[in-house]
Amino acid sequence: MSENSITPFLTRRSVLGMGAGAVLVSSLPIAAYAEQSDLDAAIFELFGDRPIEDGNVTLTLPPISENGFSVPLTVDVDSPMTAEDHITQIAVFSPRNPLADIARFKLGPRAGRASVSARIRLAGTQVITAVAETSQGRLLRGQAETVVTLAACVIL
Amino acid sequence: MASIRISVPETATSGEVIEIKALIQHPMESGFRRGSRGEVIEREIIKQFRCDYDGETVFEAEFFPAIAANPLLTFYTTATSSGALTFQWTDQNGETWTESASIEVT
Repeated sequence: MSENSITPFLTRRSVLGMGAGAVLVSSLPIAAYAEQSDLDAAIFELFGDRPIEDGNVTLTLPPISENGFSVPLTVDVDSPMTAEDHITQIAVFSPRNPLADIARFKLGPRAGRASVSARIRLAGTQVITAVAETSQGRLLRGQAETVVTLAACVIL
Repeated sequence: MASIRISVPETATSGEVIEIKALIQHPMESGFRRGSRGEVIEREIIKQFRCDYDGETVFEAEFFPAIAANPLLTFYTTATSSGALTFQWTDQNGETWTESASIEVT
């Protein structure tokens, strides 16, 4: 193939097109990162296929996280926390971090109040899910979204 | 090595729900970062946290790499009797750090 047969393809338009394509490809999520299906798999692994009710779990995240390195997270579960009815476990999941699991907390009736705070890392804007298990075996779910301006995607 | 800071109220009335804060200095290296030469920086994280109140475990946490460096936890417990609260962190290699605080319950 001579050089002449290649040159006609390198028009201004096609070169610009290649640039746009490269940007598109590089912005695609890397396969190593978790997806919604990984989050569902992590919940399944921990709790099995029991039904999960929405509500009673409140996640507090800042609306905008300027630094994905350290995002304050609070999980509050509406529970009487008595010996008969209390929260035994709270698990927090991410759909976009390299690992879907973020943290798991075990509580008991002595907690008095089902509330936990921690600082977490987030690899981009996402909806965080928390699942709480009651002593009666019910599963409760809550979600919250935060916009991450400096993602921890390379720095996590 | 690790510096630990605990916040527990000095006194409480019996049955009162008290707030506890526990912080430990630790890099929580996630194992997903790369160094300047492109080599993977090995994971080095705390896996477990436990709080015992008068010998009974009242709170436990399991950490994953998504927990930020110098993990700070805030949680609650019911003040039942005067005594000691012990806090224990265990890293992935089984190394542990412990700290305790006492509370006066009236």
